[in-house]
Amino acid sequence: MTHRSTSATKAAWAAGPTPQAVWTALGTVRDPELDQPITDLEFVLDVEVRDDEVDVALRLPTYFCAPNFAFLMVADARTAIEALPGVARANVRLVDHYASSEINEGMSADLGFGASFDGQAVGDDLEELRDTFTRKGFLARTHELCKELLTAGLTPEDLAGMTVGELPPSPLAERFIARRRELGMPSDPHSPLLIDVWGVPVAPEQVGDHLRRARTVHVSIEGNAGMCRGLLATRYADGGTGDERARSAYDPLATTTTTAT
Amino acid sequence: MYEKDGEKYFVVDGHVHFWDASPENQLNKYGRGFIDCFYDYHRNLSPEEWVWPIEKFEKYSEEDMIHDLFETGHVDKAIFQPTYLTDFYEEGFNTTERCAWMRDRHPDRFILNTSFDPREGENGLREFEQKVERYQPSGVKLYTAEWRGDSKGWKLSDPWSMRYLEKCEELGVRNVHVHKGPTIWPLNRDAFDVADVDDVATAFTGLNFVVEHVGLPRLEDFCWIATQEKNVYGGLAVALPFIHSRPRYFAKILGELLYWIGEDNILFGSDYGIWSPKWLVESLVDFDMPEDLVSEYGELTPDIKRKILGLNAAKLYDIEVPDDIPQPAEADDGTTEKPAVPQEMVTA
Repeated sequence: MTHRSTSATKAAWAAGPTPQAVWTALGTVRDPELDQPITDLEFVLDVEVRDDEVDVALRLPTYFCAPNFAFLMVADARTAIEALPGVARANVRLVDHYASSEINEGMSADLGFGASFDGQAVGDDLEELRDTFTRKGFLARTHELCKELLTAGLTPEDLAGMTVGELPPSPLAERFIARRRELGMPSDPHSPLLIDVWGVPVAPEQVGDHLRRARTVHVSIEGNAGMCRGLLATRYADGGTGDERARSAYDPLATTTTTAT
Repeated sequence: MYEKDGEKYFVVDGHVHFWDASPENQLNKYGRGFIDCFYDYHRNLSPEEWVWPIEKFEKYSEEDMIHDLFETGHVDKAIFQPTYLTDFYEEGFNTTERCAWMRDRHPDRFILNTSFDPREGENGLREFEQKVERYQPSGVKLYTAEWRGDSKGWKLSDPWSMRYLEKCEELGVRNVHVHKGPTIWPLNRDAFDVADVDDVATAFTGLNFVVEHVGLPRLEDFCWIATQEKNVYGGLAVALPFIHSRPRYFAKILGELLYWIGEDNILFGSDYGIWSPKWLVESLVDFDMPEDLVSEYGELTPDIKRKILGLNAAKLYDIEVPDDIPQPAEADDGTTEKPAVPQEMVTA
């Protein structure tokens, strides 16, 4: 049984997070390439709250998924959970991956990426990699939003003159503005709607090209996400190649009440 | 050859394997993991009736391959793309030697490429020369994510790689098929990045660079590069099977490719045994651009399909095309100006 103390001396531990709070925190962690939360992508295999410690198991679509992105997701998951009140430590493990031991051992020893993959990386820095994909995601969001606006009857010329403040409110508009903020780009109501990946306004005569490039990036990311979702579903459909616990129906929160290991 | 609705198609399968991933040949857990990963691609994107048992997938026979490609699969010529993986498989996965055995038994059916690994330095360069002399290939398949001892991969623009590419040019090995994978040195960089293709395509204008899987998962970066370099082509393996399970994705991917790189630079490949050509060829010939995407991407004409299915590869490999196959002219690149892609967009 999952350990849940009720003794008065350990009362403080009872203030640990609810599984739902952990799940919400994990929902802020994105796959950097696919620009989607790891919870939506079904990468979270297992969540277990043990008083002020939280154990999480993550899984990926293939055994050979790129180790740098895998490391980022594991590290981000840990950071997100440890920011919750009442959490002393989050043990995030990656399962069924060729580099599971490097990543899991690196994580529990608080090593960075470079030290976890000794001799295979230059420095510890994965932020440049993350930044590249955050900006690609910005272009994809530009496409989604502009497609919605063009479908609603606006012309590219209209978009060329628009500001953020003139955007009709919509979920896609919110996503677009949120990414601008995240990248430190101008996002006040007076800032131009169309800016490139570095925040530079797009000249009116460049709008067509800008939108065409944004469309291509969107197709690419959308296609990759479809591929990854399909591979994950195939890999874990019958437990044939994956971790045996994956044979049960997918419901990571349900596992919080089952017997640990 | 495939004929449908009065249209004839000459079919060159630009990407086939004859691998041995049987448990007897697996050296370690990575060999197991590699073929399991391929098997998931196979199961995920194949129509149900085309899914094989894992035992067959690990090691299919000569009869299987001849049947699936040439007896029922409509393929006229198939091009072997060797992948060594000698750190994972005792005898290698899909070596030149193994493919040569098959080619020698069916010489009019197969075209044999070979491979090199720049990390083998001077000795490897000599061995590469001997391979070229022995097998007379006109192409190489390079897998930049291949593990070798402590190394988890390499880049096309590495100094030793440049030496090997010089040798290719010197020996007339003119078609360089590039396959990116999830690892590279250094590991904190994006391993799928295709910027090194840009560098070598500029440096070696006498070579043709065929980026397998059209750069997926970096379709956009591949498009930016291929639109600027005339000697860069895209192999459709992995992208094409989407035609069955996610036809709209496929339509968009193909639409982007037609826009950026054009109908003369796209090559059909099944990646056999991951997928079988019969259903891929038939699906592509039957495929129309969805109505709501036509205004963005245009129609898919029989001539476009003919180029993709065989004529483009026939040009690269000097394959004789039967007289009864229409040979459409090259699309006029000059009339369709592509947006320039600013350097900062190529996020290397």
